[in-house]
Amino acid sequence: MDSDDDFNMSSEEEDVLEDSDNDNGSVDDFGFDEPEPDLGYTQKEQVKKEKRTFDTNFKVYHPDDIQAQQDDLIDEVNMILDIRKEDAAILLRHFRWNKERLIEDYMDRPKKVLEDAGLGPSTTGPPKLEVIPGFMCDICCEDEPGLKSFAMKCGHRYCADCYGQYLNQKIKEEGEAARIQCPQDGCKRILDAKSLDLLVTSDLQNRYHELLTRTYVEDKEQMKWCPAPDCQNAIECGIKKKDLDKVVPTVACDCKHRFCFGCALPDHQPAPCELVKKWLKKCADDSETANWISANTKECPKCNSTIEKNGGCNHMTCRKCKHEFCWMCMGLWSEHGTSWYNCNRFEEKSGSEARDAQAKSRVSLERYLHYYNRYANHEQSAKLDKDIFTKTEKKMISLQTASGMSWIEVQYLNSASHALQTCRQTLKWTYAFAFYLARNNLTEMFEDNQKDLEMAVEALSEMFEKPVDELANAKLKVEIMDKTSYCNKRRVILLADTADNLANGVWKWSNNN
Amino acid sequence: MTQKRITKELQEVLATPPPGIKVNLVDESNVHNWNIIMDGPADSPYAGGKFQLLLVLPPEYPFKPPKINFKTRIYHPNVTFDEHGSMCIGILKSEAWKPSSRIPNVLTAIQQLLLEPVPDDALEQATAQKFKEDRKAYDKEAREMTKKYAK
Ligand SMILES: [Zn+2]
Ligand SMILES: [Zn+2]
Ligand SMILES: [Zn+2]
Ligand SMILES: [Zn+2]
Ligand SMILES: [Zn+2]
Ligand SMILES: [Zn+2]
Repeated sequence: MDSDDDFNMSSEEEDVLEDSDNDNGSVDDFGFDEPEPDLGYTQKEQVKKEKRTFDTNFKVYHPDDIQAQQDDLIDEVNMILDIRKEDAAILLRHFRWNKERLIEDYMDRPKKVLEDAGLGPSTTGPPKLEVIPGFMCDICCEDEPGLKSFAMKCGHRYCADCYGQYLNQKIKEEGEAARIQCPQDGCKRILDAKSLDLLVTSDLQNRYHELLTRTYVEDKEQMKWCPAPDCQNAIECGIKKKDLDKVVPTVACDCKHRFCFGCALPDHQPAPCELVKKWLKKCADDSETANWISANTKECPKCNSTIEKNGGCNHMTCRKCKHEFCWMCMGLWSEHGTSWYNCNRFEEKSGSEARDAQAKSRVSLERYLHYYNRYANHEQSAKLDKDIFTKTEKKMISLQTASGMSWIEVQYLNSASHALQTCRQTLKWTYAFAFYLARNNLTEMFEDNQKDLEMAVEALSEMFEKPVDELANAKLKVEIMDKTSYCNKRRVILLADTADNLANGVWKWSNNN
Repeated sequence: MTQKRITKELQEVLATPPPGIKVNLVDESNVHNWNIIMDGPADSPYAGGKFQLLLVLPPEYPFKPPKINFKTRIYHPNVTFDEHGSMCIGILKSEAWKPSSRIPNVLTAIQQLLLEPVPDDALEQATAQKFKEDRKAYDKEAREMTKKYAK
């Protein structure tokens, strides 16, 4: 933005900045992870001890951990029930890794359990390839002497080639592993890993075990794969489907991807999954109406010259007439830095204006667009903020060499960028959330929180767009660090309040959409 | 290897075809494309009709299931009422197909489907709806369509 920095701070904000202890320059705050809230230190103590209400307990598992978990369970069942490890593995998969239920059922009716799991009665010894005189393979119809064949304990015998090709088809083409049955029509016998090793090449064996690991995670209700592309980790979290109207379980993988354990979408706090689903569907259905919004250019409300938005900040200054306005509501920017700030709230017109159906539908569209605009704008701005950061980072490197600043000294920009990303992500979803809220005191409080966070984020975003030589200025650096920690703090307050109300079931939903 | 199995199956089907079914090759030089003529089962509204089907054995047969489509239009919840005549039938789903399954099993499964439609697994929703709610009207429509297309 090319305006002067004449942003007015609200008195409340100044207070906070004065009495917060400025330790946000510590290395701790430079991480890429979820920013630690930087509260005044009495509050900070509390936060460190208590879990924040909107935090979810979870554990990240790496591929090795996942394998080890399965092996441990298999070993246990192998010892307790005194059955082969291959069979223990099949039984566990059949019981979706519920060890207790498996052992209980097996103690009661071992025969039935084995049969149901595809481990019916034995007719032969340990798996081996055999040459049987007079054998004809029922799949390929070959009967040449010396043909090697294989049968599992069910006794259904096929030539080794056909068996191998069948397994290849199942594993490679169909991605099946845990539930591969005997090739015999109607036979439910499940193939075990030892038999597999006899019949296929080692790369297929590896693929098979990879797939088994997959099913292990997919079979467990409390486990999910990290949806980030190329990430092999899984997350364990105790949140059940039925809890999803009370909590928004955001989890963070070690790969840094933050996502919702409930629906696997990227972090959408504070909005609950159900609402997110509804909102996304609505946006998709109404995409035509809303399409123009993502446009990156608008006209100056005063002189009508075209203005392009190329940073995340919503404070626009017309190059031609120097008019300062808000990109979101096109209103005067001077009103935005004060307690008059009302950009986030949708003012419902009095009912008398909207009597006929047409007027009503216009009002409802306006209402939707108010929220959609802001939702889409924060998404867009987050991207633009990131672009700015990438550019700034490059310049910073040259600046570092010029000014002799150390790498650690310029990390405050990294922290600021990260705060902008997470806060805009949160702000984005506050608009979807607010769209579904009924008008009441609670909603007003929510909007006040939203307003505080939004104002702080826009202020930070604006500082962030300063030219590099200004950024290196010690005073601005302190301001950016303060604003960064203030943004993080406002975000925590908003999320905590919203989560508490959600957990207590006190939000009232609007019925006009 | 595939060739031997297919030839054997073909010989068996030609020698002892399942009741109500005739089989011949679309093109004598290609054992992968079979032409099937299926009689509408006696206890169904398709009785009296002769339905042509095309059965294609993929190169991976019998590790992959055959593909089969109605060439004759048929009014049935589980068969698309268009030029494709696609159908949805359990035995042909890759998770149910076993390499030891035989083509006559597939053909009898289709005959069974004509006798007992599975409306909950329908490809033609309107037809399924009618089958469930007004069996008489469904039978009538099926008989008329059989007369019209399957002569
Ligand atoms: Zn064979
Ligand atoms: Zn078997
Ligand atoms: Zn990950
Ligand atoms: Zn979710
Ligand atoms: Zn202007
Ligand atoms: Zn505004």
